[in-house]
Amino acid sequence: MTEAPDGTARRSPLDAVHVAAGASFTDFAGWQMPVRYSSDLAEHRAVREAAGLFDLSHMAEIVVLGPEAAAALDHALAGRLSAIEEGQAKYSLLLAEDGGIIDDLVVYRTGPDRYLVVANAGNRIPAAEALRERASGFDCVVEDESDDVALIALQGPRAEEILREVEGFDIPGLDGLRYYRAVTGDFRGHEVLIARTGYTGEDGFEFFLAPDAAPALWDALAETGAGAGLIPCGLAARDTLRLEAGMPLYGHELTRETLPHQVGLGRVPVLGKPGGFVGEEAVAAGPAADARVLVGLAAEGRRAGRADYEVFAAEDAADAAGVITSGALSPTLGHPVAMALVDPALAEVGTTVFIDVRGTRIPATVVTLPFYSRKKS
Amino acid sequence: MTLPADLKYTSEHEWVAVDGDIARIGITDYAADKLGDVVFVDLPQAGTPAVAGRVVGEIESTKSVGELYAPVDGEIVEVNEALADDPSLVNSDPYGAGWMIAVRFTGLPELLSADEYAALTAE
Repeated sequence: MTEAPDGTARRSPLDAVHVAAGASFTDFAGWQMPVRYSSDLAEHRAVREAAGLFDLSHMAEIVVLGPEAAAALDHALAGRLSAIEEGQAKYSLLLAEDGGIIDDLVVYRTGPDRYLVVANAGNRIPAAEALRERASGFDCVVEDESDDVALIALQGPRAEEILREVEGFDIPGLDGLRYYRAVTGDFRGHEVLIARTGYTGEDGFEFFLAPDAAPALWDALAETGAGAGLIPCGLAARDTLRLEAGMPLYGHELTRETLPHQVGLGRVPVLGKPGGFVGEEAVAAGPAADARVLVGLAAEGRRAGRADYEVFAAEDAADAAGVITSGALSPTLGHPVAMALVDPALAEVGTTVFIDVRGTRIPATVVTLPFYSRKKS
Repeated sequence: MTLPADLKYTSEHEWVAVDGDIARIGITDYAADKLGDVVFVDLPQAGTPAVAGRVVGEIESTKSVGELYAPVDGEIVEVNEALADDPSLVNSDPYGAGWMIAVRFTGLPELLSADEYAALTAE
């Protein structure tokens, strides 16, 4: 779907930079992206303790523009996007008629009549198609600009300090820029959208800019941050960081078969918006009483339950009562953590469950998400 | 990617160092690199029989789980206890301190030379 026309994997505009840095690559939604540069654990730690630099150019950027852009998005998405101000961002969901999740997205209002919708790389086509179809009755246009936008994330407690030191990066709105807000700036003659957003559980920024300008910004951030402990980070570290922060990943926690309320996202849909939104009836009806719900699991030892491993109510139970959606040995906490969809009877915090780790049942405890929260200064 | 010429290799990405009737076994630098940071190694007890081609251990990284196959028939006579405390040795020194098991073998199958293994992993 997102493959290049000749069927080969897509390469980021920063590909040469990654190759020069010795990155190992992985296929991700048809893209060859860095999975790690040196060590997943060192990259994870750098983001928790100092800063990390991520190439997210594979993500999809879809612009909705026009006098009725806000109304179109209120109809197309579960949240109330008309209520956000220019310069504000909001996490939202694109739902099917039956309430299943087509994609989770971050929506930035970049002008009175302009929104930037950032979708997962693997959902670029369905997200763009659904937005186009749902916006067709409104006075606005939907443009898939993914090929013309590079995305770099700078994440970690030292991110702001590093950003302020980058030469030639003029960001007039940086002072007082709050979480989930965005401003425009100028990097050596190139316009950049700077958003205080991320997917790591740390403070940080995401930079949207033209692909041609991306390598210079990457190099400038890497060089400026090196003394502060910044290192480039791959998708492996990104995955363990977001897991610790309890953030869902499409295709794991979120699928076409899950409703928002099952996965802790009941706060996202806004019922009763004028004109309604696609999937509203199903959301209002709610999931079935016996539908599985997303929980956090913590275990002892070092053997981690991983995605698709089954969860049981008892050590000798015959039938599975849940399934892990994401799991790993938490690099920060030092013990296994997982997110799992379990039967409602097992969802209460403190419940003991058993994870089938390749034939061995390992006890785990239901805990509140997230597993890790940064200390807010 | 280092590949000592004096070792033998398997298509399952193990290296084998033969000394008399003892084969010392670990995973290659290539395999360790593909796994990423190793965080847990599950090895059998000394005294366990080894059957060529069968799984004798598991190597877990943050991203995935790899299996250690016995490349030879025999008896496992020693396992690397140091990996319990420091599994990262598999990444930092795969052909040395990151070794996994030693097997007193009863038969030695045909194994790959460094050149043959290099050809196998060259993409």
